[in-house]
Amino acid sequence: MALLEIDNLGISFGGLRAVDNFSITIEKGQLYGLIGPNGAGKTTIFNLLTGVYKPNTGTILLDGENITGKKTVDINRAGIARTFQNIRLFKELTVLDNVKTGLHNAYSYGTVTGILRLPKYFKVEKEMDERAIELLKVFGLDEEKDILASNLPYGKQRKLEIARALATGPKLLLLDEPAAGMNPNETTELMDTIRFVRDNFDMTILLIEHDMKLVSGICERLTVLNFGQVLTQGKTADVLNDPEVIKAYLGE
Amino acid sequence: MEKSMKINFRLNKTLKSNIITYGIVIAAYIIVQLLVNAGQVSNLMKGLLVPICIYTIMAISLNLTVGILGELSLGHAGFMCVGAFSSALFSISMLDAIPNAGIRFFFAILIGAFFAALAGIVVGIPVLRLRGDYLAIVTLAFGEIIKNVINVVYIGKDASGLHFSTKNAMALNMTKEGTVIINGAQGITGTPKNSTFTIGVILILITLVIVLNLIHSRSGRAIMSVRDNRIAAESIGINITKYKLMAFTISAALAGVAGVLYSHNLSALTATQKNFGYNQSIMILVFVVLGGIGNIRGSMIAAVLLTLLPELLRGLNTYRMLIYAIILIVMMIFNWSPKLIDLRKRYFHKNRAEKERA
Amino acid sequence: MMSFISYFINGLSLGSVYAIIALGYTMVYGIAKMLNFAHGDVIMIGGYVVFTVVSTMGLGPVAGILLAVILCTVLGVVIEGVAYRPLRMASPLAVLITAIGVSYLLQNIALLVFGSNPKSFTSVVTVPALKLLQGKLIISGETIVTIISCIIIMIGLTMFIKKTRAGQAMLAVSEDKGAAQLMGINVDGTIALTFAIGSALAAVAGALLCSAYPTLTPYTGSMPGIKAFVAAVFGGIGSIPGAFIGGLLLGVIENLSKAYISSQLSDAIVFGVLIVVLLVKPTGILGKKINEKV
Repeated sequence: MALLEIDNLGISFGGLRAVDNFSITIEKGQLYGLIGPNGAGKTTIFNLLTGVYKPNTGTILLDGENITGKKTVDINRAGIARTFQNIRLFKELTVLDNVKTGLHNAYSYGTVTGILRLPKYFKVEKEMDERAIELLKVFGLDEEKDILASNLPYGKQRKLEIARALATGPKLLLLDEPAAGMNPNETTELMDTIRFVRDNFDMTILLIEHDMKLVSGICERLTVLNFGQVLTQGKTADVLNDPEVIKAYLGE
Repeated sequence: MEKSMKINFRLNKTLKSNIITYGIVIAAYIIVQLLVNAGQVSNLMKGLLVPICIYTIMAISLNLTVGILGELSLGHAGFMCVGAFSSALFSISMLDAIPNAGIRFFFAILIGAFFAALAGIVVGIPVLRLRGDYLAIVTLAFGEIIKNVINVVYIGKDASGLHFSTKNAMALNMTKEGTVIINGAQGITGTPKNSTFTIGVILILITLVIVLNLIHSRSGRAIMSVRDNRIAAESIGINITKYKLMAFTISAALAGVAGVLYSHNLSALTATQKNFGYNQSIMILVFVVLGGIGNIRGSMIAAVLLTLLPELLRGLNTYRMLIYAIILIVMMIFNWSPKLIDLRKRYFHKNRAEKERA
Repeated sequence: MMSFISYFINGLSLGSVYAIIALGYTMVYGIAKMLNFAHGDVIMIGGYVVFTVVSTMGLGPVAGILLAVILCTVLGVVIEGVAYRPLRMASPLAVLITAIGVSYLLQNIALLVFGSNPKSFTSVVTVPALKLLQGKLIISGETIVTIISCIIIMIGLTMFIKKTRAGQAMLAVSEDKGAAQLMGINVDGTIALTFAIGSALAAVAGALLCSAYPTLTPYTGSMPGIKAFVAAVFGGIGSIPGAFIGGLLLGVIENLSKAYISSQLSDAIVFGVLIVVLLVKPTGILGKKINEKV
């Protein structure tokens, strides 16, 4: 059974059909890319997948479970986590606390326990600290754990966002333009990190990206989106050499 | 080994800051008590001791909503009103049933907090799904509604129990031995004066424990994540409504406790524009802003200073509000204007870089 | 029946004042995307200017209104430039708190200059009352002038937005500030103009409000300002016809509540309207839905 099966997904905004007849199958453990010119509807697909928008048509099956039209919170519990095109960190929280909020559902104790500082509070907080630092180490952020998230440089903010998403223990990780604003070195580092995450966290990753170096470097399969519809999909090398795809990007 | 040392250090940093806050309160209490016992405190000042506690609790609780949850509430005085009236009603009704003032006041506090929390939930459920500006105005609206409604409520007690009316005292249909407790616009008279400075300080400490412990806990992080980025918080599985309501309700309950202190500090309790209207709510907001939005210790200090100052500087009274207004505007612009923040960062970094080079 | 019509018409009159104030609110909210909490107090300043000119200086009401309009316009533009513009990119919370500060500032300046004693306001309206149906229905001159002024202002504003370049610029800025700027529209100037117009309207509202309810204190503008905001939201914030309809409806609801239910509860009912509207149809009667970009 595939991890993610989307069939005939569609949504209209007013009179505009933003996404139409979108179907995709992603196998467990794949590194999958969603590419296409600006405005094609890629982030809209992410929003549909994570419950920010409700689709007009189609179904979304995650690991066999139908999550179509469910609320964002429930979809996260079902196993999808995401990052955003414009980084959405908790600016006034520290790096460590950003990741710890990601662990909110994995480690829990009651509000009253917290206020009264009962023993369970100390026990669980310690476990959360240890797990959070473990995650931060993967991204090389553990040294900066007490820094305010807003004071991190841009590249590290992106990594923190991924770490936080990972903390929720998802089956599927959605990355929205993770390499945006990065220089070539940072991009290479990011590629290694994404591969590391897939290999060591038993993760399946779907990413939106414009950076072709990253796309061709790590994505195994691609779907190309144009004007809200699937233009073509298949193995990365095949798709990138497809003249239709080149035409869509360069325009005619 | 090194890892756990680092974790302990971090906990200690927060703990240290909290201890300083508690220390300030306890030290202030001791100093004041010494001065009072030595007869060094004027009657005017003595009369301010309980109000200082009231407004400190109001400021801390409002900061929970404004600074930690990140929502602007302009109706905080409404919750104080609910706490004040419900507890006064209880205390007067139970004067005979519970003759021990201490026990009765203890329950009055619980009752005031409970009804204020209830009001917090009733207001919070519709209000918290609105956007920032709208939320602010609707909380103002609720505050005014609470104040207006209490002014048309008549509650009396006689042998057969409590009677309610919204018309006038006659409509209560009570026996001749019955007493009117809440007399419409005339409010409640005869609440036992159970509030003391000591109790006030204890309540401040309890408020601090609740708020500070909440902030540095899993629920606190959830609440702040909702403040910082609601959409991201949702995406990591945090139930926005639950935590918004939690912060709002706790904040309301604490305001209710302040209300209990308030109603048990006067013999005549009425709901006017001045004590429970939006002007009062805005006054508390000024305390919070001047003390630092999100800065619990700051709101405490601001509440104390700004309650004391007007009385000490009677001469400046006419200019007091004007000065507040100007300071408020200037502070907001200096702290929140993106251009000025940039300028400050650059200047600060330039100086720092120069110092490091030297 | 007669009394109902009388209450209703008075409600329309009150509502017209609310509508004029609401127009200022809705324009500023739609274009500058901020809640100008101090708007009600600009009304109060307008009232005091008219009072000073008419009662203290003895010049006619026309001079009074003219001066009030000019001064309030300047005041509005200055407030925007000094207090709001630096915070335009900051969080809405910050601007709202600053606006509250400005509101306090205006109230306390008025308090210092004019004192807290209510001033007796001489009506600027010289139109005589209308007596209908053998004297059973009396419509005061103030009521007539207020309602007609409101209609004229509404029409004038709508035409301004539709037919002039400045008006179209305001529309553009309200839709998308960034895009408007890229199109070469002077966003700062447009927003300043919005405040100017809103404040001018506030001055007129002040003159009319005080003519109908002739006591003037530094706090006179505060509650009508808040109620006018309720009206703007009720009608659909950002919508000019919405402010008009919201204002009129709210005035009628308030007056009928005062007459038939209780004067104490009339305020509570007005605020209750706000709450119900925001829960049932948050965009108001004529408002449009705004989607947040994710």
